[in-house]
Order: sequence, then structure tokens, then C-alpha cells
Amino acid sequence: MKKILAIFVAVILFASNSFANSGSVVIVTSFPKDLSGKFKAAFEKKYPDITVEVVGKKTTAGIKYIQETSSNNGTDLFWASAPDAFEVLKGDSLLAKYTSQVKGIPSLVGSYPINDPDGFYSGFAAAGYGMMWNTRYLKANNLPSPKEWIDMADPIYFGHTGMSAPSRSGTTHLTVETLLQGDGFNQGWAKMKNIAANFKTVTARSFGVPDGVNSGDFGVGIVIDFFGLSSIGSGFPVGFVYPTVTTLVPANIGVITNAPNEKNAQLFIDFLLTPEGQEILLDPKIRRLPVNPKTYSKAPKDFPNPFKDSSIGAAVKFDVLLSKGRYNLVNSLFDVMITYRLDNLRAAMSAIYKAEEALGSKNNAKAKKLIAEARALVSALPISEAKANDAEFNKIFKKKRKKAKDIEKYAGTRQAEVEAEWDKFVVDNYSNAVKKAEEALKAL
Amino acid sequence: MFKNFFLKSTAIFIGLFLFIFLAVPIFQVFYVSFLDQNGHFTFLNFYDFFQSALFIESFYNSFYVASMSVILASIFAIPLAYFTARFNFRGSVLIQSLGFIPLIMPPFVGAVAMKLLFGSNGSINLILNDWFGFKIPFMEGLNGVIFVESIHYFPFILINLITSLNSIDRTMEESAQSLGSKGFRLFRRIVLPLSMPGYIAGASLVFLKVFDDLGTPLLLDVNTMLAPQAYLRISSIGINDPMGYVIGVILVLTSVAAVYVAKLALGGKDYSMLQKGGGGMIKRNFLPHQKYFAYSVVFFILFLVLSPHIALTLLSFGTIWSFSILPDAYTFDHYKDVFENSVFIKNTLLYCSIAAFIDIVLAFFISYIVLRTKIIGRHLLDYVAMSALAIPGLVLGIGYLRTFYSFNLPWNDKPLASWWFMIVIILAVRRLPYALRACNAVLMQISTYLEESAESLGAQKTTIFRKILIPLMMGGLLAGFITSFSTATVELSATIMLVSTESDAPLAYAIYSYMQTAAGRGPGAGFGVIGVLIVAAGTYLSQLIIEKKYKQRGMEAKID
Repeated sequence: MKKILAIFVAVILFASNSFANSGSVVIVTSFPKDLSGKFKAAFEKKYPDITVEVVGKKTTAGIKYIQETSSNNGTDLFWASAPDAFEVLKGDSLLAKYTSQVKGIPSLVGSYPINDPDGFYSGFAAAGYGMMWNTRYLKANNLPSPKEWIDMADPIYFGHTGMSAPSRSGTTHLTVETLLQGDGFNQGWAKMKNIAANFKTVTARSFGVPDGVNSGDFGVGIVIDFFGLSSIGSGFPVGFVYPTVTTLVPANIGVITNAPNEKNAQLFIDFLLTPEGQEILLDPKIRRLPVNPKTYSKAPKDFPNPFKDSSIGAAVKFDVLLSKGRYNLVNSLFDVMITYRLDNLRAAMSAIYKAEEALGSKNNAKAKKLIAEARALVSALPISEAKANDAEFNKIFKKKRKKAKDIEKYAGTRQAEVEAEWDKFVVDNYSNAVKKAEEALKAL
Repeated sequence: MFKNFFLKSTAIFIGLFLFIFLAVPIFQVFYVSFLDQNGHFTFLNFYDFFQSALFIESFYNSFYVASMSVILASIFAIPLAYFTARFNFRGSVLIQSLGFIPLIMPPFVGAVAMKLLFGSNGSINLILNDWFGFKIPFMEGLNGVIFVESIHYFPFILINLITSLNSIDRTMEESAQSLGSKGFRLFRRIVLPLSMPGYIAGASLVFLKVFDDLGTPLLLDVNTMLAPQAYLRISSIGINDPMGYVIGVILVLTSVAAVYVAKLALGGKDYSMLQKGGGGMIKRNFLPHQKYFAYSVVFFILFLVLSPHIALTLLSFGTIWSFSILPDAYTFDHYKDVFENSVFIKNTLLYCSIAAFIDIVLAFFISYIVLRTKIIGRHLLDYVAMSALAIPGLVLGIGYLRTFYSFNLPWNDKPLASWWFMIVIILAVRRLPYALRACNAVLMQISTYLEESAESLGAQKTTIFRKILIPLMMGGLLAGFITSFSTATVELSATIMLVSTESDAPLAYAIYSYMQTAAGRGPGAGFGVIGVLIVAAGTYLSQLIIEKKYKQRGMEAKID
């Protein structure tokens, strides 16, 4: 009897297997060819009857593509870094639940859950933010390499650094949010603005930052680790370091609702998590942190290991709900205060730097006071923390708001209106800061 | 007089084509800008636009940059065009084949090449800093945008101006001379006015293109202009700010207005000439010292405008190029990658040649209908077709997905929007304005008497097209074909939305996908170089054809 059952099970397994192991799987991904190509080749080698169709799109374009094509879906998997991109798809019910049976994956990396608690997407690699620099550039400009975020606010880096905007790149958003949660809303923004005042540029693409550092266009960039590590792997004269305050976040994959090849899609997720799939992440052109702790035994010598080195990504208890609630507001605030008004911000801070340099160790109470006032003007926020966390107010920034009753308290208030107000506040403050700093300089 | 059924149905067909493949998809996206929070119709969003200091500043900046770019691009283009058309000058072939290349700036990798050359730590500034201890901010702020845009788009003026000058009826100049006009007066009264259609066509394209251009401001990280403001708002993650679409509508309206103003500038004057094919102005020989001067001007301008491509070539052969004047070492490895993926090159050739062909056919009929018939609504065709220039590629791409994804193809049951031919259509629609301006300019210079006399001798409309118009417009048609073809080879923003499998993807997409990694720079540049070579070869070939045509016609004239 047992035998018959065993045969029966085997036949079913065989049948379902042979059914699953053929055909194709269509993956929309934001990952570059260097990464997706390696996985495609390895997967097709293991399952010769399945063809992997990779469609590369920027994360934002990928989301739009899946949203627009959902009525007639032809995509099996969405494969990208930013967890918030998956949150958007999940919110639109475009992801199907799947929990892989592969063993040995812990539940947390740093302090961030590897898999979606609701089971709609799974993490397959981890990444954290840090700073990368061009060694030739720093040497030519006589600059030290930075170690902590606060180093980036040092006037010596004025005009030498760069970052992407959080509205453009979900991973950059996490860095900003980490800073806000680590230092508190007001302190965090003040620090962010001091760092931003040194920016040469705020790039529109997240890859624009490693591109700029690799070319030597600017010296130091705030980037996600694999951009830095893979640039080192490709031979560029660059370095990379994690600061103490960073968040490790998983890069994810999820099955699309009504996937035409659902079985193959699940097979692909399983493959990513197996030891052979995880090892591909160590390739010098990829260099992402595996989520399977065992894989690190095969990593090169100074490869960071978050499962061993608890200093990486553990300093901040990342509050996912808080981040989610004010997601678009933080992006918009960053753009209004920094991206679009970078020139004004730089002018303000450079006037302050000048006054501070002239002040030196002199004991001039008037100048000191003026400089402190100027700095306070730069740091001032057009919105209070309470309002920024107010769920009602955040609805103004949400994508879907079909009915007036959804907005209730702030009905009739438009995002453009709010942004124009903020913009006026910020521009006035920056120019008043310049005036104060110049006054201070005169007083010296 | 033109009650021709054929023409009317053509007009309707073109109108339908533009309606389905341009107006409907755009409307699918843009109607958001007229909705309030409750989904009701409103103009409030436009009120917000004019209330925002940032948007007003962006509008002003875009306008300033576009106008200045027209001026700087004219400074590059006019000497080159004049030397070519006026003098027996061996440099002409060089100008006419190489002058095109700047239009072909492959996405992303072109930007990297530009920065490695002109950036604040690019080769030129590193040399300047070493030798003289100062740097020139070529690529900073609005002036940087003007500099890069002028280099990039001056060929629009060059091509159209050369075509225009070459179609000037020689007898006009000769009669003026025999009446005693010469020197600057001759230039001012005869050459300048007669070349106006071409110049205006080119200048208005430069203006529109720069006004709507997204790539360059993004590359230089200048955010306070309209196109980047629209893009940044439309493509933010998880948010759909209606202001992005409002800006889109404003871009379209401004572009249509610019076309209208260009039309006014030419309005009320007759630019047609009777004789054609006796081809162009009277050619002179240079005096020796003039020759050196001309060559040095030509070489200087060509070197300046082609320098990004020199950097691109270096990048494709270089190993590591970082904060140094030249790459550290050289290798052929990147091209190995390129040729292993030659399917992208094949796709680009196929898509772009079909798209450019569609463009010149449409452009020929549109300009004919606009300039030669009284069909009601003919100007609308022109404006609608031109407005394609102002639609951000991303918006059109989303519109296509929205409009065509729910239809399935009858033969394989796959969505219409995922069929490769839709990439061809979107390329054709986006590049139609280039072909259209070129056709318009040449047709404007052809006198209607030629057609009328043929007609009075009993010729059919088709015969007139075949025997008179097409041969006379050959230069313009080819110019249109080349501009559409070559700019389509590097189009990315719309196609990236439509590519549904890698095997259908064009070259620009390959560049994009390589340029997302540190190691992909070399192969990306390699693809860029291949794209430029394809276009250069195509341009050179069509030059040969045009010249052969002129010679032939010259011979026939003599025999007659």
C-alpha cells in the first residue's frame, strides 16, 4: 500500500514537474544585464526546457508597464530593488502570494524583514546605503575619504559630492527616511540639508551617482552598496564604506497576478534562493549581499557580511509603517527644499561657511548670533513633524483620490498649492540666510 | 481646382492615422490635467501652474535656453552652409556627411562621453587646469544646457539651409547681378530672403526641440526647466501629480504656437522659383588666403561639434577612464560584447528605415495638402503632426500602452502594444515633424506654375507627382528621411515603454541596459559608435545619390 502511494506521489510530482519545467517565464526587471543575464543563463542551464524572457525597464517604468498591461497581463515576475515599488504593486492587487519552500533564509537582515510579512514578495539579496568616492579625485583635491554621514556636511566637501533624489529612486528614499528616523524629523532634515549644501548635483537617475564618481565628475557619492562594490569589481579607482547609521533593505521578486506561467515563475524564485542562485550574487560585476548566510563562506576576503558584522544596518530600528505613511510627502519635501532649489541652498550655506571661516575662534557675540540665525533659517521646515505624519494631510500626496470624502479634513487642498507655499517659504529663508551671513561677515 | 478625390481621401487617411496614433494616446494621458480631486473637469491645475514661482521660473528658463540655442546653433551652421553652397569647396562633402553626426547622440553613454570631455573634471578642463590653472564651466547651469543643445541640434539648421541654398534658382542671382547688384546687397536682397524657408524650418526645429528636450537638462542636472519638471513629476514612484501633465499640455501649446510664429515669419511672401535643377547659387573659387580661412573655420566647428563622438569612440576602446585626460589603456573586448548581441543592430536598422519611410510619405502628402490645396482643416494636420515634437516620449509610450494593450493581435493572441511594429509606428510619429519641416521647406520653393502647366497639358495628378514634384523635392525628401532615420536610431524614452521582449529591442535599448552597470560603459559606448557609423554611412550614401541626380539632370538639360 505504501509502495503504491509512493509511486502515485512520484507520478504526480513527475507529472507536475514535467508540466512546470517547460515553456517560458517572462520577467520585468530593473536590474542590469550583468545581473539578469547571469541568472537567466544559470536558470536555463538547470531547466533547459524553460526559456527566460527578460524585459529590462527602469523601476518606475516597470511599475507603469505592469499597471497599464494588467488587463491583459503577459508578465510573470517583477524583479527589482526597492521594496516600495513592490508595495505600490501590492496596493494595486497586482502581486500574487507565494512563499518559497527553500530553507535556510533568516527572517531579518539588519533590522529589516527579508520577506514581505503578507507573503506577496520575497527578498533575495540585501543592500545598504553608503558612500563611494573616487580615489584619484580625492587625491587631486587633497580630501580625506568620508566615514560617517556627518562627514559629508563638512565644508571641505563643498561642491564635491552628489546624490540621487528620493523621488527618483526608492533606495535613496530609504536613506533619507533612515536619517529622519535615526536623528528625528527636525534634526534629520537639518543634517540632510547640511549634507545637501555640499552637493555638486542631485542626479535624476540613481545610477547617475556611481556614474559621476566613476568618471571623476564629483568626488563622493551617496550610493547603494552594490553600485560601489561592482564599480570596484570592474576596476574603477573608487572606494566604498557603510556609515554606522544605514538600513539594509532586501531586493525583491514577486509573482504578478494572473501570471501566464505561474509555476515557472515560482520555480525561478526558488532558484534565486538556492545556494547556486545565491552564489551568483558574489560575481565581481554584481556584488550584492546574499540573504543566505552560508553563501558568505565563498565570498572574497573583505566582502561585508551583515549576518556576522552586526554593526551594519542595525543602528536604526526602521519603522516601515511610519515610512510608508509619509512616503510621498518626504519625497516632495526633499524636491522642494533641495532638488529644485539646490542653487539657493548652496548660496546660503556658502555664505555661512564664509562667515564662519572669518569668525574662526574670534569671540564676536553679534556675528555668532547672526550665523546661528542663518543656520536656523536654512534648517527651518515649512511643515511641522506632527503635520508631516498626519495621515489626513498625507492623502493630498496620494495617487488615488477619486472622491472628496477621502480627503475630508483637507478637501480642496491641492499638492501643487502646498508645494508652491513650501517653495516660497524655502526660497525666502535661503535668501534671508544669505543676508544674515553677510551681515555677520560685516560685523567681523 | 483640386477637387481630387485621391487627395481628399489621403487627407482623411493621414488625419485618421494621426488621430489614432497621436491624438488618442496623448488624450489618454493628458486628460488628467483637467480633472480636480473629485474627477470633475477643471482649469484649476492650470491656475496652480501660473501661481507657482518654480514653474514660472522654469518656463522662463526653457524659453531663454531655446532662444539662445537657436542663436548659437546658427553661428555654427551658417558659415558651414554658406561655404558649401557658394564655393567650389572640397570640404563640402565633409560638411554634408559629418555635419549630421551631432544629431546622433546615443542616450546615457553620450552624456558620459560629454562629461568625460567637457565636464568640470573632463579632459579639456584637466588640461586647462594643468597648463593655465583655471577651468571653464562648459557644462554648468543654463549656459551649459545652451552649449550642449547647440552642438547637438545645429544640424537641423545646417541641413535645411543647405537644401534651401541649393535650390535657389541661379537665374535669380544672375538677373540681379546683370542689374548691377553685388556683394552684401546681393546677399541681403536675393540670397538671404530666398534661403529663408530653409533657415526658418531649421531654426524652428531647434527652438522646439530645445524647448521640449529632456535629455540634456537631465544630463546636466538642471531641474528648473519645463521638460525636466514634467518628467520628474510624471515618473516619480507611486505618485501621479497632475502638474506633470499640465506642464505637458503647456509644452504642446507652446510648440504649436512656435510653429505658428514661424509660419507668420514666412507669411505673405512668395518663395517659389520657376527653374529647378540648374541647382543652387553661382559657385565661386576661393582666393588662396580665403581658402585657408574657410578650412580653419570648418575644421574648428567640426572638431567642436564632433568632439563628443571622439570621446565616445575613446570610451568604447578604453578600459578605465576616470579623472584623467585619456583612458588608462585600450582594448577590443567591448566590441566582442557588441557583436555577440548584433540582433539589436538588426532591429534598429529595420525599425528606423520603415519608420523614416512612413515619415517621408506622410510628410510629402501633408505638405502638399497644406501648401497646394484648399481642403478644410489642412493646417490642423500640420499642427497636430508638429505637436508630436512636444510630447515627452514617456507620455506617448504610456498612452500607447493604455490605448493599444487591450486589443489582441488576431494571429497570435498577443496584445497589439507588444507587437514590434508598434515600435515602428511610435518612432514614425515621434520623428514625423523632422521630415515634415524638410518637405515643407522644399515644396515652398517650387513654383506652382510648373504643376499648373503640366496640368494644362493634360497630365494626371499622379504623373505630376512622379515626374515633377518628387524629382524636384528629392533633396528635401532625402534630408527628411535621414533626419528621421538617424534621430530614430537613438530614441529611447518611448520605445522603452513598448519593448516587451529583448529580442525585439532596438539598439538604444541595449545601450540603456548596458549603461546601468559600472562594467557596461564600454559595450554601451561600442553600441553608440555602431549607431553613429550606421547613420554616417546612410548619410554618405544619400549624398552620393543626390549628387548623381544633380549631375544627371545637368546633363539632360544640356542635351535638351
